[in-house]
Amino acid sequence: MNVIYTGEMDTRLFKNVIGETISELLREDENVVYLDADLMNCIGTAKLPKETDRAINCGIAEANMIGIACGLSAAGFKPIVHTFGPFASRRCYDQVFLSGGYAGNSITVIGTDPGVTATFNGGTHMPFEDIALYRAIPNAIIVDITDVSMLKDFLRQAKDLPGIKYLRVGRKGSAKVYSEDSHFQIGKGIVLREGKDAAIIACGIMVHEAMQAAEILSQDGIEVAVIDIFTIKPLDVELVKTYARKTGTIVTAENHNKIGGLYSAVKDALDGEAKTGYVAVEDEFGEVGPQDYLQKRFGLTSDHIARKVKETINKK
Amino acid sequence: MQAKQKKELMEFACRIRIGIVEEIKARGFGHIGGSLSIADLLAVLYGEIMNYDPKNPKMEDRDKLVCSKGHAGPAVYAALALKGFFPYENLKTLNQPGTNLPSHCDRKKTPGIDMTTGSLGQGTSLAVGIALGDKLRGRNCRTFLIVGDGETNEGQVWEAAMFTAAKKVNNLVWIIDNNKKQLDGYTCDVLNIFNLEEKFRAFGFDAITVDGNDVEQVYEALSRKAIDKPIAIVLNTVKGKGIKEIEEAAGNHSMAPKPEDCDRWLDILHKELAELA
Repeated sequence: MNVIYTGEMDTRLFKNVIGETISELLREDENVVYLDADLMNCIGTAKLPKETDRAINCGIAEANMIGIACGLSAAGFKPIVHTFGPFASRRCYDQVFLSGGYAGNSITVIGTDPGVTATFNGGTHMPFEDIALYRAIPNAIIVDITDVSMLKDFLRQAKDLPGIKYLRVGRKGSAKVYSEDSHFQIGKGIVLREGKDAAIIACGIMVHEAMQAAEILSQDGIEVAVIDIFTIKPLDVELVKTYARKTGTIVTAENHNKIGGLYSAVKDALDGEAKTGYVAVEDEFGEVGPQDYLQKRFGLTSDHIARKVKETINKK
Repeated sequence: MQAKQKKELMEFACRIRIGIVEEIKARGFGHIGGSLSIADLLAVLYGEIMNYDPKNPKMEDRDKLVCSKGHAGPAVYAALALKGFFPYENLKTLNQPGTNLPSHCDRKKTPGIDMTTGSLGQGTSLAVGIALGDKLRGRNCRTFLIVGDGETNEGQVWEAAMFTAAKKVNNLVWIIDNNKKQLDGYTCDVLNIFNLEEKFRAFGFDAITVDGNDVEQVYEALSRKAIDKPIAIVLNTVKGKGIKEIEEAAGNHSMAPKPEDCDRWLDILHKELAELA
């Protein structure tokens, strides 16, 4: 795996890559079943070749879809389920928790449009709490996707892993961070940039913002490390602690409520070992707007990160 | 149905009821009413209808049972023990610390339990998934889904019903235990579910209603083969069936009987068994 970050945006869209990868997996693995809740057109799977009876549109009934997926798991299949993030978490939480986790079934849940990436669908469709919910499911795996390369690799890995796997990913594009055909190890964060003064631990869309923030800070003579943590659970505690010791200051950056997400996980892991700060949503509901507006509105930009790093370094 | 076959099923149902009372006697409390109401159904399923192997409970092409009203675990456990899935003595461990027989059915703990249930409504979709899996694999087997009448208050039940008919999951048989009562009282008072048979017909099922405490009628209903539409069988049953005192008790969803109450009920059941023999 190579880090190829320059700030350049990928022309490929997540939604197309999800659709193409699911299509490939259905062809390659006869145990893969893909279920959707009337959102196939949003990820380009409505046009899947008709030869497969393993692509199932369950209609607008997310709880039922999760239950069916779990029953298919019990029957020996590897279900991949998609709907928007709020419906993949809040709407069917008891089903994922009990029919999935508690009952020992294995499913991959793709929740698209996390946080501010829900843009014009607004507050009803804008999950700032999905990570918190999934973190509370014993042994669940939670990945906030950084770029297309990670998306492809993780979709392939997730189908074969036991238990509940929650994949949080937008539908638009992202900055290019990793080379094509990279392989990612679940639970192992990636150091994108070294620095001695502080470390920014970021996930999802905030990785790009963190890299931009590091540039801003560098111009002010502050050298920060940037870590793409991507797996929020299980968290790479060793890496977090290493950078806490190395820099003494940890700032997290996430497109999520400050409660129950990455900051909460990192803070738990550090147990007071370093000065900590966060860039996250301040316990608010979402609202409608373009993504750049929403990132400013909820304090999720590179400027916010840079300010927070300075503030945290200067903490007594 | 031949008289001998009917008598055997009635005996089996009576033994299941004895098992239920013994389980609850050992623990001191439990979901007795809704367990007793499905004893006859379980006798027919495990006595005549289902294809299974107690020595190989995970046999792939077995028929599966999902008891979505998961609190009727004691009834299913009694049937499984009587058929040799695990020793009969284990029934006395119901709800004891570390038991393999928890209040609600758990596929990870109990041999013969095909699905974990307990949060009402969820077993319906799980059963759809299991049946759909068998269909995709081309297995010639059926899944039997037991739903409580009170459980149909849950919207998920109707999502799963809609899916079953719309996608022709015809290897799934829906069975509704219409015992007319839920925890807080009569279903017609708590939240009236009106006519279940008509509802299932409107959802695209081949729906019928039979006396769910008559093994012969249950057998006939379960022997039907789905042709164009999936089958839904509404069982008219009595909550607490088999012991008048329990049938007539107002709050018979979960009871905490004294050992002497259980002994009295066991006497009644043993007497019935002797008469059948």
